[in-house]
Order: sequence, then C-alpha cells, then structure tokens
Amino acid sequence: MKRLGLYAAAAGFMIFAGFPFYWMLITAFKQNRDLYVGAFDTSHVPWIFNDPPTLEHVRLLFGQTDFLRWVGNTMLVVVAVVIITVVIAVPAGYSLARLTGRWGERVGMGIFFTYLIPPTLLFIPFSRVVALLGLQNSLGALILVYPTITIPFCTWLVMGFMRTVPWDIEEQAMIDGYSRLAVILRVAPRLILPGILTVVVFTFTLVMQEFVYALTFISSVDRMTVSLGVPIALVRGDVYHWGSLMAAALFTSIPLAVVYNLFIDRFIQGFTMGAVKG
Amino acid sequence: MRRTLADREDVLGVAMLAPALAYIVLLVGVPFVLAILLSFSNASAGSLSFEWAGWRNYAAIIGDPIFLRALRNTAIVTIGSQVLVIVLATAAAQVFRATFRGKHLARLVLLLPWAVPVSLAAIAWTWIFDSTFSVLNWTLKATHLMHGWLYWLGDPGLALAAIIIVQAWRIFPFATVIVLAGLSSIPQDVVEASIVDGAGFWRRLFQVELPLLLPVVAVAVLFGVVYTATDLGVVYILTGGGPANTTQVLPTLAFQRGVLGADLGQGAAIAVFLLPFLIVFAALMLRLARRAEVGAR
Repeated sequence: MKRLGLYAAAAGFMIFAGFPFYWMLITAFKQNRDLYVGAFDTSHVPWIFNDPPTLEHVRLLFGQTDFLRWVGNTMLVVVAVVIITVVIAVPAGYSLARLTGRWGERVGMGIFFTYLIPPTLLFIPFSRVVALLGLQNSLGALILVYPTITIPFCTWLVMGFMRTVPWDIEEQAMIDGYSRLAVILRVAPRLILPGILTVVVFTFTLVMQEFVYALTFISSVDRMTVSLGVPIALVRGDVYHWGSLMAAALFTSIPLAVVYNLFIDRFIQGFTMGAVKG
Repeated sequence: MRRTLADREDVLGVAMLAPALAYIVLLVGVPFVLAILLSFSNASAGSLSFEWAGWRNYAAIIGDPIFLRALRNTAIVTIGSQVLVIVLATAAAQVFRATFRGKHLARLVLLLPWAVPVSLAAIAWTWIFDSTFSVLNWTLKATHLMHGWLYWLGDPGLALAAIIIVQAWRIFPFATVIVLAGLSSIPQDVVEASIVDGAGFWRRLFQVELPLLLPVVAVAVLFGVVYTATDLGVVYILTGGGPANTTQVLPTLAFQRGVLGADLGQGAAIAVFLLPFLIVFAALMLRLARRAEVGAR
C-alpha cells in the first residue's frame, strides 16, 4: 500500500515535470489536420496521434528555416565563451583554493555574489557599452558579455572542486624539488581536469539557455542563437508553425537534458557549498 | 632555503586571480554602477551623450500605474511560485529519497524543466495555454471539470496564474535536488533515534527533518527568488506583458521602456527596483551560510 502511494507520487511529479516535453514530442510529429482541431471538440483526443505521425515539420525546420544557422551561431559562441572562461576562471579557482589563504575565502564569496547580479539589471548599461564598442547586433557582444555569468560561477566551482582534491600529490612534487610555479604548470592541470570538464559543461548549458542578452543585442535573424531564434523568429508573420517550433524545442532540450543528468551532482555542489558542508 | 618568485604563493595567487577579478570589475562592477548612474540620467539609446536628471525618472515611474502594477506582479509571481516550489520540492524530495524501480528514468524526467532553455520552455507553454488549441482546456472539458472556456493568456488573472505555474514548474526540480542533497547530509542517528522514540512519518518530517533542512531549503528558495524575480523570458514570451500591460513584471517593463522605447534612464530606474530583492537575498544567504558553518563545527 505504501509502495503504491510512492509510485503514484513519483508518477505525479513525472507527469507535471515531463508533460510539456510530451506535448513538444507529439506536436512535432503530428499532421496539421490532426494538430489544429480546436480544443472545444471533445471527441477529438489531442493526447494521441489520431492520424499517422509525419516528418513534415522536421523537414520544414531543417530545410526552410534558419534553425541550423542558429545552431551554428550558438556553437560558435559556446566555443569562444568556453575558451575565455577556462583560461580565466580555472587559474582563479585554483588560486582561491590553494594560494590565497584567508583573504581568498572572502574574495571567493564576493565573486560568487556577483553571479547573482542578474542580466535584467545589467542589460541596459551593457547596451550602452556594446554600442560604444561597436558590437551591436553581433555575436561578439554575446562572447564579451556571457563570461560575466560563467566566470563567477566557474571560479567558484573550480575552487570547491580543488578543495576536495587531496594536497599530497602537489606536496610530494614540491618535496621532489619542483618550484611552486612548476607544480601549478605541470602537476595541477592533471588534478584539475575533471573540474575543467564541469566548467565546459556548465558554460555550454548556460550559453544554450541565455535569452536576455541575446534578445537585447541581436536583431538580425541570421545572427540569432537557438534560444532566441526559435521563440522570436520561427514565427512567420502571424502564423505560428507549432509543429516546427516544438520540434526545435525538443531537439535542443534533449542534449541539454542528457548533460544535466550526468553533471547534476557537480552543479548542486556549487550551489549548496556553504550551506551544506560535508 | 631558496625563495624565488616562482615559490612565492602570495604573488602567484594574486597573478592567477587577477584576470578573473579584472573581468568581473570591468564587466560586472562597472556596468552595475553604470546602471545606477543611468537611472539618474536622461540617456536614450539614440545618442551617446546624456545629462543628469536627478530623481526625475524615479518620480515618473512611481506615479505610473503600469510600473506599480509591474512591481506588484513581480512580488505576486515571486512569492506565489516560491510557495509552490517549497511544497513541491519537499514532497518530491521525500519521494525521490526512497529507492524504487525506474528511479533513474524518473529523475531524468524530473530534471527536464531545469535543463531546457527558459525561452523554449516558455514557447512550449504558450502552445499549451493557446486560446483555441489548449490541451488543458480540452482535458478539463472532456473530464467535465469545466463547462465554459479558459482564456489562459487573455485574462489578466489567469495569465498571472499561468506565469506562476510556469515559474514553479521550472524551479522546483532544482529545489528538489538541493533538498535531496540536504536530506542526505542529515545525520542518520538523529533520524533513527526519532524512530526509536516512536515518531511517525509526519512527526519526523515536521519536527526532526524540516528544522534540520531549513538552511538548505532556504538556499533553494532564495535562488528561486532571484531566478523568478529577475526573469524576463517567461513573461516576455508567454504574454509580452499583456493583455494591456496587466502582466508586466519589472524586467519586462525595463526592457520595454529601456530597450524598445530607447529610454535608457527610465529602463534603468525600473531595473534598479530589483535591487531590494537581491540585497535581502544576499543578506539572508550570508546569514544562513554562517549558521551552517557554526553548526558544522
């Protein structure tokens, strides 16, 4: 009886969380005459395929929209932001964990709080900065601005990660005659590699999800990212192509969901550090 | 003992931290100050020069019913969705701490709302709430729970409810995972002692576990508050602030006035009203972190 309640509750949460994705899936593959039947017609069940599924919307999405171009733009921004973030945040995180001692803890806390300053507060001054630099309507604006979100969080992640790595290996290297700098250059990268992987993954998910800055800085359809182009520019005139829209949302969500599922524990560590210790 | 520059930890530490600090100061610190300065100026998107305007922008928005409504909506949406999140996340954490078949799949599905980009989730919900094709309306009608018709995004009250549902939907998986992490850090002997003492499930939940979980739940909620209060995407895509500006929140109104309307000064002033939310958040967060540290010793 207790088991039954457990399964019922789990199913309830799964339905609430997963229902929009089921709805994306079924919309993406339904024929139009099956899709656009008003909800007032209770005899036509919208939850299932009443006609055979179709690939028409997917074909439209890949063949006649800018979707693939947006995917390309997004990947370009991802690569650039990942490089900037790794180069800047990884040494900073290592430094906070190993080199700066007590004042580093304060700085680390301060850096983390900057992560909480939201894009919706900064997009107005940024629009001014971006205009001054002549980066309006270019992916360069996104590459410049996105690290303001990734660097604080990733510095914090790497710092937390390095604190869980035992000090022995670096200590042994120093006993063996390495200078502190040589330890950082030759020994630390190997130790920090899993941390770097987390940074890459977090940056990837963040760039995929960001909407506010993209909406503010990018106005040409051919320069949009996926998260901006799909909701804003896939609407042709007043006509919503719901099938293609949902296909785009679905295809973008799947890789992100997989990545989240693999890295969830690392992210959570980053968020709860300080509140949950040990 | 030789001490060259390559062995000075303080020097190396500063050198490795410097690029990150420089980036943060230049591209978070300076814009942050600029946001506040702009809110006291008559800057517009058209020209780069601007003049001091004193409190004029603030006076203008405080007398503006649309702004007051946006301020109220921000509070309603934030509080409403976070209350839902607390209830859902504590309940879901109780379910997902148990072991059962298919748990991995269930966890994957539970995490979907958090993984999907906000804007894409919002467009999916826009379709779910569609005025003609809403599957919710069909289901309510087919199960005879509803006889009329719900214009989800066309009625101010319902639209606000829809926004709260979507915000709670996208935050609660995150909160659940954080609460789960907190549950696993509760010392097992405390829980066992309460069982030995004869405490049932509810008593254990409310008198033993929830008090111990409080710092963790608070962290989850406070992140949720920041994510919801400062979110632009959900409202922008679901309702665009409509119908007739009744569902504007501070971020969408700041965008409308500051970016679309090119009145940077007023947009900045509206966005600055988000600060109280954030300052309260930061203060609470620091306090909880300190309390947890004391508790850990």
